[in-house]
Amino acid sequence: MTTFLGLDLAVWWFLVVGAVFTGYAVLDGFDLGAGAIHMFFKREESRRVALNAIGPVWDGNEVWLVIGGGTLFAGFPVVYGTVFSAFYVPFMLFLVALIFRAISIEFRSKEKMGWWHKMWDWSYSVASIVVALSLGVVLGNIIQGLPIGADREFHGNWLSFLNPYALLVGLTTVALFAQHGAVYLLLKTENRIFTRLTLIVRQTLRVFTGLYLLLSVATLWYVPHMLRVFLAQPWLFAVPLLTLGLVLSIGRLVRRRRYFPAFLCSGSIAAMLLLTVAAGLFPVLVRSTLNPAWSLTIYNAASSHKSLGIMLTIAAIGIPLVATYTGFVFWVFRGKVRLDDASY
Amino acid sequence: MSVEILARVQFAFTIAFHYIYPPLSIGLGVVLVIMEGMFLKTRNPMYEQLTRFWIRIFALIFGIGVATGIVMEFEFGTNWATYSRYVGDIFGSALAAEGIFAFALESGFLGILLFGWHRVSPRVHFFATVMVALGSMFSAVWIVVANSWQQTPAGFHIVGSGLTARAEVTDFWAMVFNPSSVDRLSHAIIGSFLAGSFLVLSVSAWYLLKGRFVESSKAAFKIALAVATVSGLGQLFTGHHSANGVAVNQPAKLAAFEGHYAAAAPADMYLLGWVDTKTHKVSGLSIPGGLSFLLHQDFKAPVRGLNSFRPEDRPPVNFVFQTYHVMVAIGLALIGLTLLASWLLWRGRLWQSRWLLSVFVAAVLLPQLGNQVGWYSAEVGRQPWVVYGLLRTSHALSKAVTAGQVWFSLILFTLVYALLFALFLYLLNKKIQHGPGDEAPNTDDADGHLSPASKRNNPVISHEAPAASAAALSHVSDL
Repeated sequence: MTTFLGLDLAVWWFLVVGAVFTGYAVLDGFDLGAGAIHMFFKREESRRVALNAIGPVWDGNEVWLVIGGGTLFAGFPVVYGTVFSAFYVPFMLFLVALIFRAISIEFRSKEKMGWWHKMWDWSYSVASIVVALSLGVVLGNIIQGLPIGADREFHGNWLSFLNPYALLVGLTTVALFAQHGAVYLLLKTENRIFTRLTLIVRQTLRVFTGLYLLLSVATLWYVPHMLRVFLAQPWLFAVPLLTLGLVLSIGRLVRRRRYFPAFLCSGSIAAMLLLTVAAGLFPVLVRSTLNPAWSLTIYNAASSHKSLGIMLTIAAIGIPLVATYTGFVFWVFRGKVRLDDASY
Repeated sequence: MSVEILARVQFAFTIAFHYIYPPLSIGLGVVLVIMEGMFLKTRNPMYEQLTRFWIRIFALIFGIGVATGIVMEFEFGTNWATYSRYVGDIFGSALAAEGIFAFALESGFLGILLFGWHRVSPRVHFFATVMVALGSMFSAVWIVVANSWQQTPAGFHIVGSGLTARAEVTDFWAMVFNPSSVDRLSHAIIGSFLAGSFLVLSVSAWYLLKGRFVESSKAAFKIALAVATVSGLGQLFTGHHSANGVAVNQPAKLAAFEGHYAAAAPADMYLLGWVDTKTHKVSGLSIPGGLSFLLHQDFKAPVRGLNSFRPEDRPPVNFVFQTYHVMVAIGLALIGLTLLASWLLWRGRLWQSRWLLSVFVAAVLLPQLGNQVGWYSAEVGRQPWVVYGLLRTSHALSKAVTAGQVWFSLILFTLVYALLFALFLYLLNKKIQHGPGDEAPNTDDADGHLSPASKRNNPVISHEAPAASAAALSHVSDL
């Protein structure tokens, strides 16, 4: 088996795909979260400031989803085909929501009528929530496993994606992003919207903490196989404990007006939660609920070693480049939002 | 309807709609680089105003292109799971490379393009424009490479059989530079230059006819005309090379282009016609032996016809024939138009030729139509294969997906895209009606009046306003 730095290529790809989706959750997470709490801002100017806070970066953040889809397709085409066709309907709704999020941001400022602004504000906020919710629901189903047959096809009911555990993961995702977005907006705003946000941050954090604890208990109940993984290697419990520590420290950092560390914390929570899932699944990508032998793993679902090797080279060149211009753009637009003639 | 037909209709619809936008972005990207480059070189604010105006239109087009493009990336998995597993080793790499190298570049710098005017220096802004233009072209590179691999697979071997059979990369560069990549990429990119430059030509011609923004519209028209003329002529070469490649690599497609059935006989070239798929006769206007001549420089050279393929291995002939011929006719019309306009410009008579400017206003639709039908003939001409000679479209489906689900997504996307298209046209029209800033015409223009709106909304020129009004007043006193 081909290895690189002591890890075989399939493991490397597990890390690459995981890292890219984590990047997406951390980056687009705050855009989606800003959208989720958008309707809590009542004044036109506040809504404009909130939109312009994500204006120059949301498009670049969404790219991480495109790269995530591409790396999953390239690295684990079997998972890409099986999972995407299994969740046909939720993925279609997700895609339509992504479209509405994009055009709402783009079209809102193009007319002056109040009803026009209101319409796109609603569409932006609902679309952001639907995107976050559907991503969470799909993740919740992946965590539980899918009825996958020996033919590597999904053999379940198309509506089975709507189950209590998956919906709970979905809601937790919305709450997580909302709180992440609120902290981001604290960094970017001042005056009235800022004051309002200090309240919203506390509320979203409270909702998220509640859902997170509920989800932790539900996971023990609904996903016993994950608990077994953690019990077999107890040091893994460090990850959820660290997550809890981060959750608790956000409130303290916000009270001390240290918003940037608070933002890093809320981003890290998203990363930690995905890390928890990854640690619980590895080396399985999608567990078969019909027969564990039919599960899709990083070995039986991966591309050829040749292809993984080539792609690892591409990723090694490309992802630092992407991180560089993402960083550059964030640096150019650092500081509080100022509305000008180029703003939305 | 079967799941296969539905899935094909759904995919064709979503990708055809998507394909309105990226060619416009690619073509506009080049025009923007030239405009902003002219601004940096001359420091003439007219070019800055033009650049800002076209960046606003670029943003609208790009936004819809991104929104509809992500759909495509997911649909390979949702609609064509078997295909995804079969080609993931190869096709997935190209898609991932597109995301990493192209799309990230484009989207990252777009923020600076749109919102960075006051944040970065003109040079850094120009750099961002160049990066966005390059990014949109790199996107095309990887997407067309992946698509060309489906047309002319290379650099792979088949591993496994039955359910687990799949293509695996053996030679990455042979995969990237498969036999049709370069021809098809250059053909698609130049088609995109035509799409973007004709949009600029159309809008500028409309302003000139209306007498608005006269100086800047002339400048924009000249820039776009240069791009369009070179591209039109370039398309002759890339088109000819592509057809030669199709003759070698996909003879069934080439035979369908011209409705050529006889197994080995000289092939005619039609200017227009209709294929009777029952009698295998084409009625229409043709150059006898024309196709043989184009391929082999010999009117008598035999060309492999559709009869040498089993009926189940032939593409839908008439559809491919018609779309191919519409594409060729449009290509020739664009070349004629751009050459005529360039000649009139050289003779100093272009701006007086109002009829030609009117033609250019409407001609924006031609490259759009040409790009669409060109892709239809390329993709339908590949049928019944999704990967030519290896995987049939009917085998590539998602087995877990039902007809009801595809109906759902087809109806959903039809409604959403209809709304999207209506909004796009409405906002595009609004931006065009508004024009490049509320700029005042130069006082030495034919009618040197300054509208009150321009004074109010443009602080940059407000200090010139008294002089302009004085000039306007002097006109009045002359009367």
